[in-house]
Amino acid sequence: MKKLINSAESLVSDVLRGMAIAHPGLRVDHATRVIARAGGPVPGKVGLVSGGGSGHEPLHGGFVGRGMLDAAVPGEVFTSPTPDRILAALRSADSGSGVLQIVKNYSGDRLNFAMAAELAADEGHEVRTVVVDDDVAGADGGAGRRGTGATVFVERICGALAEEGADLAAVAEAGERVNAASRSIAIALSPCTAPAVGRPGFELGPDEIEFGVGIHGEPGLRREPLRPARELVARAMEPLLAGLPPGGGESLVMVNGLGATPLQELYVVLHETAGVLREGGLNIAHSLVGNYVTALDMAGVSITVCRADAPMLALWAAPVNTPVLRWGC
Amino acid sequence: MTKKTGGPLDSARTRAWLRTAALYLDRDKDRLTRLDLAIGDGDHGVNMHRGFLAVTAALDEWEQDDLTAGELLIAVGDTLVSTIGGASGPLFGSSFRAMGKTLSAPGPDDDSRRFAAALSAARASVHRLGAAEPGDKTMYDVYEGAVDAFTRVADTGGSLEAAARAAADAADAGVRATELMQARRGRASYLGLRSVGHQDPGAASLALIFHALAHALEAK
Repeated sequence: MKKLINSAESLVSDVLRGMAIAHPGLRVDHATRVIARAGGPVPGKVGLVSGGGSGHEPLHGGFVGRGMLDAAVPGEVFTSPTPDRILAALRSADSGSGVLQIVKNYSGDRLNFAMAAELAADEGHEVRTVVVDDDVAGADGGAGRRGTGATVFVERICGALAEEGADLAAVAEAGERVNAASRSIAIALSPCTAPAVGRPGFELGPDEIEFGVGIHGEPGLRREPLRPARELVARAMEPLLAGLPPGGGESLVMVNGLGATPLQELYVVLHETAGVLREGGLNIAHSLVGNYVTALDMAGVSITVCRADAPMLALWAAPVNTPVLRWGC
Repeated sequence: MTKKTGGPLDSARTRAWLRTAALYLDRDKDRLTRLDLAIGDGDHGVNMHRGFLAVTAALDEWEQDDLTAGELLIAVGDTLVSTIGGASGPLFGSSFRAMGKTLSAPGPDDDSRRFAAALSAARASVHRLGAAEPGDKTMYDVYEGAVDAFTRVADTGGSLEAAARAAADAADAGVRATELMQARRGRASYLGLRSVGHQDPGAASLALIFHALAHALEAK
């Protein structure tokens, strides 16, 4: 294992120290590991909190700021944060207008965020939860669809709505709608290595890909031969489009690198994705291309499509100022 | 059945149980990692080890506080919830909390029946939180057999030691049974049929905790 780290044990703390230097707009509490907006909660605004295991950077800390999250809480690598940490994030984000927590659908995240929400309610905080479950791979396993790329769409659109002064119920409802309109799929070209484990999560031959992977280095649905990007994207988009609400119109698209994918390959994938969407009658209104929801050093790509309505598109375009997404201000 | 007179599960024996569990989880950390790499992300061994390390670090302090076995188990549960992380934190943590609460409340005078009630409460808390059913390839598949085995021995007048040994044996059978199951809960469920042929790491950890109980109780 080759990594630029001091130790697996100190990794999350070391990352937070670097983030604090890089982003003066963030306030990092090193004791609770909560990353919050520097100015504190905004009076009259619904607070937004998200979190989950580390190893997906820039998710979630990179999306803290005006128009997105008020606080993010990272756990150990690929391990949900504990309820006490999440509670600290909920407290820091509540200006008195309530807090929405955005949770990716994994047993660990759901259990810990549910416990934190109970603790916060005992303290008098009003907390609602949106569970993101957009990954079409492995959906019939029993635990439901995993939460992956659509988290960025939910955080952005809920964040914009909260910034406009909408109440907690309205912000939560918008999150549910964005999630329902979004689906994702991912392909790995190489596995990733979690620092505490020290070896890759699976092994792939030189001409093999893993189809339908998650973002934690676990194996995917099946192993397939490597094919030209056009064919890979066509195969990936089939279950993705089947999972979206039917019909054409406008869409938000994210072509996301899993951590070790050259940007040029992501542009190739976006072009192929646009072609498939066009055939399905969907136009790309806005796209994101880059590393947003990663799986450490995994090479590969995830594609997320949201069939967005006019209000979602307007909220997407509203001003945002975070370390990763920044426009209109 | 003649009862061995090991006495009740008091604080000293509870501490011995927890120290033994920590040792077993440390000893088998790499095996748990390998199990988790096959059908998960490979961090289960590390996370369990971190949690029980925090427990053993706090044991001396709790000893000075003169906690009862019930209070001790509640403190253990709280520590595990805030140190393991992932799904295992709440599940193992709530197990110990449920045991501690049951032991702290009025219950049967008989030592083994009293602890059988505590184990039933632990099983119920995992069932409620994790929504797992038998056959889902989770730690619940160990709880089912182990708690039933413990309760059978306790209900027929068996000692704590005998009940714990029966539970540990049943736990092993439960772990082996998960190998043939397709996961329907947790991260392994995303692998579909590819989850078959591997033991569930959470089930394996829980079996170690049952073995630690049997070993600690049998120790003179």
